[in-house]
Amino acid sequence: MLEGKVALVTGASRGIGRAIALELARQGADVAINYAGNEAAARDVADEIARLGRRALVVKANVADADEVETMVKQTIDELGKLDILVNNAGITRDNLLMRMKEAEFDEVIAINLKGVFNCIKAVTRPMMKARSGRIINISSVVGVMGNAGQANYVAAKAGVIGMTKSVARELASRGITVNAVAPGFIETDMTSVLGEDTKESLLGEIPLARLGKPEDIANMVAFVASEKAEYITGQVFHVDGGMYM
Amino acid sequence: MADTFDRVKKIIVDRLGVDESEIKEEASFKDDLGADSLDVVELVMELEDEFDLEISDEDAEKITTVGDVIKYIQAHK
Repeated sequence: MLEGKVALVTGASRGIGRAIALELARQGADVAINYAGNEAAARDVADEIARLGRRALVVKANVADADEVETMVKQTIDELGKLDILVNNAGITRDNLLMRMKEAEFDEVIAINLKGVFNCIKAVTRPMMKARSGRIINISSVVGVMGNAGQANYVAAKAGVIGMTKSVARELASRGITVNAVAPGFIETDMTSVLGEDTKESLLGEIPLARLGKPEDIANMVAFVASEKAEYITGQVFHVDGGMYM
Repeated sequence: MADTFDRVKKIIVDRLGVDESEIKEEASFKDDLGADSLDVVELVMELEDEFDLEISDEDAEKITTVGDVIKYIQAHK
């Protein structure tokens, strides 16, 4: 489905990003794996992609830093030849009740989860505009549309990503670039493994399909949106959440 | 000068699909040549490549006519 394409996935060393990078490779794409801290995990993903017979590139960058992002995109294009697909997946949580949330906890989450998306989109726009084609896929969250107590920062960023997705989709549509968002529900990753048993229990009650999702559930949707089959779709939010939001 | 103008003209013709005769120094990209904001951004990108320049966002915003482009290139090359 993605033979001959080159993808850049941010936050691809673990969790959902890792699953996305692997699925894109399985569908035929060469993949740049961005990570911020865990190089060993990023290398593992690269090894697995190499075993699939695709090229993989490991690139360290903090997406909150525009210069680092610029360098990452340049390196991807220099080494893999071009850039067709950007998946903005990198994200962090700094959960706290609003009353207790420190300014730094708010700022850090906005810097990576929202401004990071802006930085990456800005850096890929030029090559994609020139190519007259491109796919930008932003990972939002079910809480970005429903809200979640204790996550004012994270939810603000994820809702912001949806607004940005729609605006940029309008700006770039005339150049053959589609911009969409995928909003995962609660997925089995390190990010959700820290939730307490009682939180998980009450969560399950809100999921019609009555189980947490797998990273692959998100990866499958991203691979579809990244493919030619999705060429008439832009500015949309795809909810992959077991029916939590409907 | 003539050379610069010809190269700029060619880029504008290719990018905006306008007739060569419409490209005069005083022609405004948006008002006279039918460009939208994104067209102007792309034009600036192509000029950067063609003339091996780096045009800052601030300077790019000041470019509204064909003459602005010529002047910019003359001043920076």
